[in-house]
Amino acid sequence: MATMTQIPIVDYLVLGDDPHLVASECTSCGARYFDRRNACASCFGTEFTKVDVPTEGTLRSFTIVTFAAPGVPVPFVAGIVDAGGTSVRTNIINVEPDDEHVKLGMQVRLATYSLGTDDDGTEAIGFGYEPKA
Amino acid sequence: MSSDDIYILGINMTQFGKHPDKDVVDLGAEAAMAALADGGVTMADVGILAAGNLMGGGGFGQQLQKQIGQTGIPVFNVTNACATGATALRTAIMAIKAGECDMGLAVGVEKLAGAGLLGAGGGGKKSDEHRWEPGGRVGAVTGTDGRIGTAGMPGTFAQVGMEYLHQNQYGGEAFELFAKISVKNHKHSTLNPLAAYTKEMTLEQVMGDMMIAYPNTRPMCSANCDGGAAAVVVSGAKLKTLSKEQQRRAVKVSASVLTSDPWQEACQVLPDVNTLTRVAAKQAYEQAGVAPEDLDLVELHDCFATAELVHYDNLMLCEPGGAVDFFESGATWRDGSTPVNVSGGLQSKGHPISATGIANIWEVCHHLRGEAGPRQIEGAKVGLAHVIGLGSACGVHILEASAA
Repeated sequence: MATMTQIPIVDYLVLGDDPHLVASECTSCGARYFDRRNACASCFGTEFTKVDVPTEGTLRSFTIVTFAAPGVPVPFVAGIVDAGGTSVRTNIINVEPDDEHVKLGMQVRLATYSLGTDDDGTEAIGFGYEPKA
Repeated sequence: MSSDDIYILGINMTQFGKHPDKDVVDLGAEAAMAALADGGVTMADVGILAAGNLMGGGGFGQQLQKQIGQTGIPVFNVTNACATGATALRTAIMAIKAGECDMGLAVGVEKLAGAGLLGAGGGGKKSDEHRWEPGGRVGAVTGTDGRIGTAGMPGTFAQVGMEYLHQNQYGGEAFELFAKISVKNHKHSTLNPLAAYTKEMTLEQVMGDMMIAYPNTRPMCSANCDGGAAAVVVSGAKLKTLSKEQQRRAVKVSASVLTSDPWQEACQVLPDVNTLTRVAAKQAYEQAGVAPEDLDLVELHDCFATAELVHYDNLMLCEPGGAVDFFESGATWRDGSTPVNVSGGLQSKGHPISATGIANIWEVCHHLRGEAGPRQIEGAKVGLAHVIGLGSACGVHILEASAA
């Protein structure tokens, strides 16, 4: 049996011993992006470098979604994390989904989890941010 | 009146709500023909048609012409999310300003009753075989809605409001604060017979209703409904040739601004509905030579209760960072210093997307003409209408009563 291969939910999640997010940073103005770029929306530059995004940050905003599109499990906590100056869209995981446990300004850190295995035995790995103990 | 100025000559909105027996063309025709009649003109006078409809099959403007008058004029079919109606109006105004014609018709219509949740895409499996395969601009192996944040509108705008509270170190009860904004708009709607919902709701009822995306419960979300709105715009030069009565009822468009969002850190992570609104508002106040404190009423884009709060600040109705205190002071109730959404707003009047950006102007015009009946803001002379289409587009119009 071959060792199980893993694939990240998105290409800006780097797996391994130290899972983290990577951003494309514009070499001329420093703007950061998570998607495939044609150019920089801030300065129109076309050169980008990959930069690691800090795995710890502050919860800048959140919502607890209890009603979503078909196929999206609810409830879940969606939030925006300020990870050392880079804003990250994420779910807040490993927390009770209520306003007693999820607080603006709380300290959070990146965590990964399995999304399941496909017919080829490849396991997809998702990420979220969890409260920093 | 100056020949270079632009005026609303005629304007109309249909009843918002459920119209199972009418299609988008019916609703558009109803609004357009009523706006033309309101202005005392016909399709023969109109030099450009700008038509907005988001959810239909396209070509709405021509479909409308085929029902109300095919005169061979240019048609611009426009879409700009929730700012579609304002974009149609702005298009007609630009054509007049460019000297292409002296009268234009802008129409926005949507059929949305029972549409459910907008903006969210599932992205589930499409075949029996299950294989994680990266796709799209972030190489996603599965739908990201619900796994990497939310794509739904209620949650997106919930985060917009919560972010404002975080930035301004709000220490109070977020849910109750936003619910109180909704209570205001539902109360205001009781005086608006064209609103989709005209029922007063207590704070307990708003907070106790179905939670959609904390802190927005169902009545704190814009109401999906059917509706149309249309406006006839005219140049000052043309207006001078029309009757005294037409001149008296004409409403001056002192500012007409449309912006998209300038790049900001995080704007591609959580939509930034603030910067483009601030930019639009600043331009509009400068164009009109009007200050926020001059406004007798404001119709702003309360697509969710959480959005209304941030736009108090974005439209500079309050001190920077002071939106909570501003609301708590009672300023935005209809008897306050800056009445906001006396129509009931999107939460209660309803939000037939493409109609909204013209319907809010109809509301302001109604007051400036002194024709708003029981909900009239007495002596209203200047008003502002604002819409945001996520993506984003922001329309701001400042309107002034005729001096005649």
